[in-house]
Amino acid sequence: MLVSANENFSSYRVFTAILFRDLTVYFRYRGSWINPLFFILVVITLFSLGFGADSQALRVYSPSIIWVTALLAVLLSLDSLFKTDFDDGSLEQLILSSQSLYLSVLAKILAHWFVTGLPIVLATPLISLILGVSFEVLPEVSLGLLLGTGILSFIGAIGASLTVSLASGGLLLSLLSMPLYVPAMIFGVQYLQDAIAGWPLVPSLSMLIGLLLAAVVLSPLAIMAGLKLSVEA
Amino acid sequence: MPNWQWFHRLGSPKWLLITLDRWLPWVLGLAFLTLLLSLIWGLAFTPPDYKQGDVFRIIYIHVPAAVVALAAYYAMAIAGAIAIIWRMKVADMVLRSIAPVGAVLTFIALFTGAIWGKPTWGTYWVWQDARLTSMLILFFLYLGIIALHDAFNGSASGQRAAAIMSLVGTVNIPIIYKSVDWWASLHQPASIKFTEESTIALEMFQPLMIAIPGFYLFCLAAVMLNMKVQIAHNSRNNSWMIEHAKIDS
Repeated sequence: MLVSANENFSSYRVFTAILFRDLTVYFRYRGSWINPLFFILVVITLFSLGFGADSQALRVYSPSIIWVTALLAVLLSLDSLFKTDFDDGSLEQLILSSQSLYLSVLAKILAHWFVTGLPIVLATPLISLILGVSFEVLPEVSLGLLLGTGILSFIGAIGASLTVSLASGGLLLSLLSMPLYVPAMIFGVQYLQDAIAGWPLVPSLSMLIGLLLAAVVLSPLAIMAGLKLSVEA
Repeated sequence: MPNWQWFHRLGSPKWLLITLDRWLPWVLGLAFLTLLLSLIWGLAFTPPDYKQGDVFRIIYIHVPAAVVALAAYYAMAIAGAIAIIWRMKVADMVLRSIAPVGAVLTFIALFTGAIWGKPTWGTYWVWQDARLTSMLILFFLYLGIIALHDAFNGSASGQRAAAIMSLVGTVNIPIIYKSVDWWASLHQPASIKFTEESTIALEMFQPLMIAIPGFYLFCLAAVMLNMKVQIAHNSRNNSWMIEHAKIDS
């Protein structure tokens, strides 16, 4: 992007510029958005094969299967969230720029969610079909995945920012993110169970929304600190 | 005027090592004394519980270990905050020294809890229980912080990364502390209360009140030993350290 130095940028324009720039980069490399989706479908298929003819058990365990596979898909893709920008130095420029790093981080995670979390949400009908979850609760399950993948992206980005300068940070990233994921996992599975059983959703849904809001507002603070130290390393 | 010289001296590893050497025997001795007293009292002389019999005696290990495991995390996170804000080398050494001690304590709390749970609840472990799960998270947090710290091969970045991670993890601590009150849990609510009357018999309470400081002291001693190792490792190429090691051996 060529810009003259005296041009005045609003925070909003910086946010959208980073968002669209990242989305363009992701879409030019098809693997970045196809791989997580492919991963979750393959693992869910493997689970279904593993359960064999016992479709009743599969339906009972489907909330935890959906959550664990979504968690792993997001976690595996998070390794690349800041990696290329770190390698080519644009991360350093982002930190040095006079624009708010908080908004830049938000834009980067949002772009990453668009190519990893959103395809999973859009694939909910397919996931429900494989696991034998009733189509009547499709909107509820989709909403659960929408909130859930958002929480997973924002919390996992903390670990990604801390390990981006390490040559083999992937395993460490999982080790750091897992304990932070546990609350989201507990309430997420609870929500899906309630949704599939047709129980009232307000308690678990409000917990999920609360977790997402807290993650969106607070996690960029830790991510900013993590990115700064990674660039100094 | 209070004497603030010790604060500047904290930056000197040599002074710190000598001071640690001077205090360590006292802390260690006092720890052994209190632990011996409380454990013999609690395990041998306290009357058995009317419902649980002798099984309840595990609280003299379980409760102090759990209390100190949480307190150790607070101390570690505060050290992490100091390391980030003022970039004090000592704070980082404290953080790295507390982490393994806290991990072991958390493990002891989980392990003794599981042993106690089998005869009392009929099961070693319940996944739906908030207190148990959040303690397990604490254990993983400790391990993650140690792994993150060591992944950077002792560089300053690793120290700051571990400090940031420890601060992020503090969100878990109030959740653990309040979990027995917020969620329906198999774990009993707190029996020891500061603002109202405790729901534990006085004979059982007295040894526990000695065991908790005993665990604190023992962990302080363990952290001090770890710090000695850290100092020796960080200054292994300095001439004073080589001299010091010769005198010791």
